[in-house]
Amino acid sequence: MSTTIQELIEQVSRSELLRFVTAGSVDDGKSTLIGRLLHDAKAIYEDHLASLDHDSRKAGRNEIDFALLTDGLKAEREQGITIDVAYRHFSTPRRRFIIADTPGHEQYTRNMATGASTADLALILIDARNGVTTQSKRHAFIASLFGIPHMVVAVNKMDLVGWSQNIFEAIRDEFGQFCTKLRIGDLEFIPISALKGDNVVHRSKNMPWYQGPLLLTHLETIHIASDQNLIDFRFPVQYVLRPHAGFRGYTGVVVSGVIRVGEEVVVLPSSRLTRIARIIRGFEDVEYAFPPQSVTLCVADNLDISRGDMIAHPANVPWVARDIEAMLIWLDEEPLRPDKHYLVKHTTSLVRGRFTDVMYKIDPNTLHRQETHVLTLNEIGRVSMHLFRPIMCDEYARNRYTGAFIVIDPVTNFTVACGMIIDRAHQYMNPTVGWQVALREGQITAEDRAMVLGQKPVTIWMTGLSGSGKSTIAYAMERKLLSDGRACFVLDGDVVRQGLNKDLGFCAKDRSENIRRVAEVARLMNEAGLIVIVSLISPFRADRKNARSIIGDDRFIEVFVDTPIEKCEERDPKGLYAKARQGIIPEFTGVSSPYEEPENPDLRIDTTHLSVEDCVELLLRLLQERRVLD
Amino acid sequence: MERLHLSHLEALEAESIHIIREVVAEFERPVMLYSVGKDSSVMVRLAQKAFYPGKIPFPLLHVDTGMKFPEMYEFRDRFCREIGADLRVYRHEEAIAQGVNPWDLGTVKCCAILKTEALLNALKESGYDAALGGARRDEEKSRAKERVYSFRDPYGQWDPKNQRPELWNLYNGRIRKGESIRVFPLSNWTELDVWLYIYREKIPVVPMYFAKERPMIVRNGRLIPVYEGMRLEPGEKPQMVTCRFRTLGCYPCTGAVVSTASNVAEIVKEMMTVRRSERITRLIDHDQDSSMEQKKREGYF
Repeated sequence: MSTTIQELIEQVSRSELLRFVTAGSVDDGKSTLIGRLLHDAKAIYEDHLASLDHDSRKAGRNEIDFALLTDGLKAEREQGITIDVAYRHFSTPRRRFIIADTPGHEQYTRNMATGASTADLALILIDARNGVTTQSKRHAFIASLFGIPHMVVAVNKMDLVGWSQNIFEAIRDEFGQFCTKLRIGDLEFIPISALKGDNVVHRSKNMPWYQGPLLLTHLETIHIASDQNLIDFRFPVQYVLRPHAGFRGYTGVVVSGVIRVGEEVVVLPSSRLTRIARIIRGFEDVEYAFPPQSVTLCVADNLDISRGDMIAHPANVPWVARDIEAMLIWLDEEPLRPDKHYLVKHTTSLVRGRFTDVMYKIDPNTLHRQETHVLTLNEIGRVSMHLFRPIMCDEYARNRYTGAFIVIDPVTNFTVACGMIIDRAHQYMNPTVGWQVALREGQITAEDRAMVLGQKPVTIWMTGLSGSGKSTIAYAMERKLLSDGRACFVLDGDVVRQGLNKDLGFCAKDRSENIRRVAEVARLMNEAGLIVIVSLISPFRADRKNARSIIGDDRFIEVFVDTPIEKCEERDPKGLYAKARQGIIPEFTGVSSPYEEPENPDLRIDTTHLSVEDCVELLLRLLQERRVLD
Repeated sequence: MERLHLSHLEALEAESIHIIREVVAEFERPVMLYSVGKDSSVMVRLAQKAFYPGKIPFPLLHVDTGMKFPEMYEFRDRFCREIGADLRVYRHEEAIAQGVNPWDLGTVKCCAILKTEALLNALKESGYDAALGGARRDEEKSRAKERVYSFRDPYGQWDPKNQRPELWNLYNGRIRKGESIRVFPLSNWTELDVWLYIYREKIPVVPMYFAKERPMIVRNGRLIPVYEGMRLEPGEKPQMVTCRFRTLGCYPCTGAVVSTASNVAEIVKEMMTVRRSERITRLIDHDQDSSMEQKKREGYF
């Protein structure tokens, strides 16, 4: 017998956890559906059922009311509505479920936010009799705002519309149309009757026209393993563990990415480099850790690391930002005040800050923007904030944990808002085009393209004097990558100046603009999935720094082609040095205009003693280290 | 192949450890409420893991009504000694000396004094600003709405209508002087999860959880253990019953269930098929409608 139990325990222990949030209007029958799921999944214990029986009679109903099972608190039962998030648990042999049941009345936003923030899936109920309502749209909007990867729309009360296929399809088409404006990973529509049980756990005999998945089967089988971000390693330091002089460890959750013993890491905001010496999980040393494990990291060097710091891979770091832009949901009775200082809790750090701008609020029914300067309870808007200490963050769409924060009123200590950080690059977007475009743009992500192309888009930025060998290496590298089946492109300064930038000269201002444009083009090409090789003298640090911020830290690889000027001048392929020395060409880099060397390039190449092939080899090795190529 | 996805049990474990560490990082004087039961055993194990290779950096507090089973005291002292925990026991000596008991006062009042009042006294006396408790949302309806961080006013009271929104894994632990937070790291665990974890981690629990033949009486359809000095109602006769306890509380108010599950694996098996919730064996929850909610409003955890 013991082996049987062991096998059973093995199976149950291996099952995955799925968290989902339910949303629906007051009369959509949401509580009934949850009661039905729990009941049909055989999770309702007998005595709960017995007390349910008792409560139902008291409320003047005749048959068992599943809703009473989920509407917990006394005050709510008296009013007949759910006023707070209630968590329910059930399991099947395949999965363990946590339901966050959120109320549908006017406080919905605040409550749904609580349930939605951690959900893998949103279950939205629509009453077949009423069709798509503004509330259904609000729920879908909030689900997309919180980046919930999966959505299921249960069209309920099909029994009351004569099990009509037409009605179901009309709702599906209308709601599906609305959802194209939102960022929603996948969307499924299921016609059900929660009260009668049709298509919840058992296939409906009343709707033979529906061949899709049953609700519970869908919840049990939907693929969620790929939802987590395994690319960008982020470890917010939670607590420094120093039990005795010989041990110092940093505890925390691996919120994204994978970390291995021996890997080089960078500690932010200090930017100090070190190496992972040990990873401890529970009482054991492990070789690697992944999200959302709680572990303890030990590093090789004796660094000053404290709570609120962030550990990441040096080639893939979050933004270190004092000024952030975010979509904000206001959760407090007292409206947002621009003159007030608030506390922001982001990962494990708590910083002070204030709102510098409220750009607009969004009407969740129409998705239209409205100009405003404040946000009040349950309103959603775009804001910018200034923080008194920097935070290490990512775009929320890319990272649900380093992109999220809550705002706390320092006087009442109440959680007054929650925010989702927006990619700062969106600032370049035409502000009148709007939210919907931003959402549409997101439907195919850079990761999607990267997966299809089998490469991570990066920009190799080659800087160095004229004649140092930048273009020669760039084209050789391009040839090599193309012959390996990679998609790449060289942006050569000389070529760009003949077309895109032919209106620009060589004064400092025009050089800056030249670089800015090249960086923007490189960014677009990266967005399209290409590996870009830029060959540009780009002599000034400030311009290269600007290029880095446009292209993005994690995509920008700086290569310094460090050939001594004597050698460059000796080569002088275009005869430029000679002209510069004669004063024919003014402001020539290295001669009459300075070249500011990169302080900390990703790679330094001196072509004096290296062949072109050697240089290409060095670049390839760098790309492999950065895991750019599959 | 490298595994990069957690099972539900591992995910729950990671979440709980995160919560426990967060409390230690953010509060000045945290304490863990230790009730000697299975949930406490699991919670203590999670705390050990959270701070390994260090020791648990806060004391364990047992609010002792003086009416626990002898096996529980034995287990408590041995368990805490073995793991080197800093155990503090608080007894409401004044009330115990007055002879507060459930037979004369009723279970509601008895609980209010020996448990709720005692807990509030203990927290106040030592100035604890965060108390970790082993309550789970699946235990009872009003607990289903409890936050992980449950804010309490200076009188330890819970206001279900005025809870802080709780988003992502960002817990708001800000309090004013005198206020406190109850923290429930096992919020998302079920009874089955607890037993699966005990099985997997080989965590010691009080032997009363395992079935054996015990002298019992049947009262109001519930199995009540027979103990010394017990007041028997007319017509009640002790009989030997093979049973076990699903929850452990005070001996006058803890019932047993008929069961032959004599080890953890068998309990897990029983859990997978069980159809009754565990709190049915606690007489105190059935005193009046919504009794748990009432107690929590008053400061119970």
